Amino acid sequence: MAFLTDRKRAAGLGSAKTGTEHHWHMMVSSVALCGLIPFFVFTFGRALGGSYEEVVAYYSQPFPAIIAILTFLTGFMHFKSGVQVLIEDYVHGFWRKALIIAMTCLSYTAMAVGIFAVARLAL
Amino acid sequence: MADVNRGNRPLSPHLTIYRPQLTSMTSIFVRITGNALLVAALLIVWWFIAASIGAESFATADAVLRSWFGDLVLFGSVWALWYHMLGGIRHLIWDSGRMLEVQESERFGLFMIVGSLLLTLFVIAVV
Repeated sequence: MAFLTDRKRAAGLGSAKTGTEHHWHMMVSSVALCGLIPFFVFTFGRALGGSYEEVVAYYSQPFPAIIAILTFLTGFMHFKSGVQVLIEDYVHGFWRKALIIAMTCLSYTAMAVGIFAVARLAL
Repeated sequence: MADVNRGNRPLSPHLTIYRPQLTSMTSIFVRITGNALLVAALLIVWWFIAASIGAESFATADAVLRSWFGDLVLFGSVWALWYHMLGGIRHLIWDSGRMLEVQESERFGLFMIVGSLLLTLFVIAVV
């Protein structure tokens, strides 16, 4: 006797089994970015154009620094998943895998460099 | 399933067969803007790491971001950012099962174009 209902067995499982999870990550990160991006545009826009001392002083404040760190973190995660779909749609075979791996590495690297830079500026 | 004909089946109509429409074009541009934003994102990361290293490296990165080329990329990216964000909001609305009629999608598509331009002008005015 099956203890799972049909609904329970089907929920969250498309034919590929993993697509819903990818889509859900895109939804979560996009909602988060809707909040972060306006703050980032206006804080970064304010810092850009200042002298070196002004930029260091500005990003030593907690608010702009935390916004920048969260934007790098969420933005590059969102990009990693988004560009994966782009590659899957247009590139096939060996280059599909190679490009997805390359763009994933690039996303994490840019994320780490950005977060490290803001932490070093702020502290 | 061994007798299934895999090579010679009719294909469903795709991009090449339709004339450009507001729904398809606004959707394609969401993808283009989203991926093109990588350029500005990497420039900004470079600007931050240069600033964290010291005044000299900051001067180099800052000069590039504030050159005509940097201005072009950054202001283009501000538009791309707003456009992609409004497109993403349209996706979130679609995901909730709303606004799936063609007319509603087209109206939101127009809103994405006008809204992103207005938000870009607002950023240029404020920043």
